[in-house]
Amino acid sequence: MTEIIITILGICVLLYVLLGGADFGGGILELITKGKDKGIVAKAIAPVWEANHMWLILVVVILFVGYPDVYSTVMTTLHIPVLAVLIGIIFRGSAFTFRHYDIKEERPKAIYSSIFRYSSLFTTFFLGMTLAGIILGDITNDYSQGFYRVYMHPWLNWFGLSLGFFMVILFSFLATIYTIGELKENRQIEQFTRTARSLLISLVVVGFLVFLAADYEGLNLFYEFYHSSASIVSVVLATVALPFLWTSLKKRQKNRARLIAGFQTTMIVVGWFAIQFPVLVKMSNGNDITLHGASAPASTQLQLLIALVVGVLIIFPAMGYLYKTFKFNEKSTNN
Amino acid sequence: MNEFMAARLQMGVSLGFHIIFACIGMVMPWFMFVAEWKWLKTKNPVYLDLAKAWSKGVAIFFAVGAVSGTLLSFELGLLWPKFMKHAGPIIGMPFSWEGTAFFLEAIALGLFLYGWNRLDKWVHLYTGLVVGITGVISGIFVVAANSWMNAPAGFDWVNGQAINIDPVKAMFNKAWFAQSHHMIIAAFAATGFGVAGVHAILYLKNKLEIHAKAITIAMAFGAVAAILQPLSGDHAAKNVAKLQPAKLAAFESHFETSQSAPLVIGGIPDEKNETVNYAIKIPGFLSFLAHGDFKSEVIGLNEFPKEDWPSVPVTHYSFQLMVAIGMFLALLGVIFLAGTYKWKYWLTKSWWLKLLVIATPLGFLAVEAGWTVTEVGRQPWIIYGIMRTKDALTPMPGIQYTFYTISAVYLLLSFVVIWLLSRQIKILQSKYPSND
Repeated sequence: MTEIIITILGICVLLYVLLGGADFGGGILELITKGKDKGIVAKAIAPVWEANHMWLILVVVILFVGYPDVYSTVMTTLHIPVLAVLIGIIFRGSAFTFRHYDIKEERPKAIYSSIFRYSSLFTTFFLGMTLAGIILGDITNDYSQGFYRVYMHPWLNWFGLSLGFFMVILFSFLATIYTIGELKENRQIEQFTRTARSLLISLVVVGFLVFLAADYEGLNLFYEFYHSSASIVSVVLATVALPFLWTSLKKRQKNRARLIAGFQTTMIVVGWFAIQFPVLVKMSNGNDITLHGASAPASTQLQLLIALVVGVLIIFPAMGYLYKTFKFNEKSTNN
Repeated sequence: MNEFMAARLQMGVSLGFHIIFACIGMVMPWFMFVAEWKWLKTKNPVYLDLAKAWSKGVAIFFAVGAVSGTLLSFELGLLWPKFMKHAGPIIGMPFSWEGTAFFLEAIALGLFLYGWNRLDKWVHLYTGLVVGITGVISGIFVVAANSWMNAPAGFDWVNGQAINIDPVKAMFNKAWFAQSHHMIIAAFAATGFGVAGVHAILYLKNKLEIHAKAITIAMAFGAVAAILQPLSGDHAAKNVAKLQPAKLAAFESHFETSQSAPLVIGGIPDEKNETVNYAIKIPGFLSFLAHGDFKSEVIGLNEFPKEDWPSVPVTHYSFQLMVAIGMFLALLGVIFLAGTYKWKYWLTKSWWLKLLVIATPLGFLAVEAGWTVTEVGRQPWIIYGIMRTKDALTPMPGIQYTFYTISAVYLLLSFVVIWLLSRQIKILQSKYPSND
């Protein structure tokens, strides 16, 4: 049963990266293009952004219901980056909504926009750092070791910084690919395709740096990848897809590019799951919190599973309808 | 300020902020639904304008409610990790259902807000109804999770560990129903009066049809809820009397166990001398309200060791404030219904509109007071009788700073929301030229 729940958790994380990530990336992309996209990014994400961020809520709920040890350990030791993410989410979500609904005056709009853009960057960066803390294995539950060691060092290190940057680039790359599909003008398509290409190159470079940084911080990611066949396959597939993505961008096959980018991201996430499994949180003393060790009692897991299955049966069709209404429909939007 | 106080205050500020947005986000969709339905029925374009104006308000409140709710779901762990470690698996069921309901609400709201021209009119109306229903359902689930902290059930506590967990029993604990109906009705009353009050201000400035219609719709919900609320509150209080006698005693600053206990109205509780000064006391009424019998015994605070007392003044004042506002709003509700059925001319009189203006913030004030009663009244326990709040605190030092940060963020956000809404209202005003 816990395997099914962890699979659903994995799917929620993946969907949050793909959909929520593209939203965060939208903000970063506006920052990169200095708002020259003329609101296209915002228009693309407006109807679905609330729903995209519900995946995070589901992740949190599954964690504290199904894996309470993971939740309480992460919330205690990674308090600071998690709080940073949350403050980012508050600013980002509010500014985005306010920008959309406030009357269209230049000054407030510009303020909302810059809050939305910078907090998108900030949130994504700290999301990467939080994730790095969970992966790296520097977390300790001996709270007497001093503030810096217990609450800062697990995430504030080269691995955390590089993963933060990696997430920023990944999310803005996703957003660029999604946005290209919404564009009409040739000039804009060219401009965004150029952005997508340079982001793709940076993604590969920074991805490599993440491995180096992990090595420097004492986590041999190369070795871990090398010893998990699932992660080897996913890395190979993600790499093999690169030239296809390149040509689809060149030939302007928008939907194909979207699919391939989504596929590559999925492979990155799956590769991470593969090396992580069955460890959920890596600890510095080696007593890692594992899937089976951290599971809530069976009665709780059963109820959680029922709620999730029923939820999925209702949510997925509803989500599909939402996307069908706004993403594959060329009629004009009116708010 | 010590870490513990800072953590409690941060939780209080976060909950106090979120509850306003949660109430409005839960109830206002019903108003916009009714307005749109009226438009489809009567073809009066004023109703369409109203539905659209309200839907913008809903979007703003929903978004802020969603992000502040996200913060809360993390804060439980950031501040009280030891509580969540034990409570998570037990009260997970309402939380997971709440997640589902809330997710659906977000999807339906997306369809509603952006689907005016893309969906069939009736499908669009239906999505508005889904927003309203899923909002109320998720509200009930969240309150059910909170009620478990007051009436823990569905587990055995052995050597500091929860075993034999039964999530269904935990969710349907002895307090869930009383707390849920009291909160849902409170949300309808507060939002009904809040929205009606804002439109009353506008109507007093400029007698427009749109504001009159808005007041009628909002008050139809608000009045019924406000009249039901004393009944709901009576049930909730009887529930507390049974489950948490120390909390009930603190409501009323009732120190000594006694039969025919008096109902204490107002007054200044004096914890040292164990009396209430300057209060009105109605003999026997507390016994009657708590147990349905004027002669019954009401347990006083002295039956409990002092370290198990909640803060008597805070609980007492909040409770008195909540009840006083509840009674006042119920009275206004009666006037509104009487006016609707018989004395229609009342409802356009300026004395009535001014009463509505006064009532604008009162419902929310009562909601805040009510949550203070529940939460402060449960202290020193985080899980009543099982785990003390101070034992659940995070080991991380420096919570004062996170408290200051979060408070500053919410203060800023409150100002922006108020400023934004006043601009929205100005837009609505400018759409209709003044007919003075």
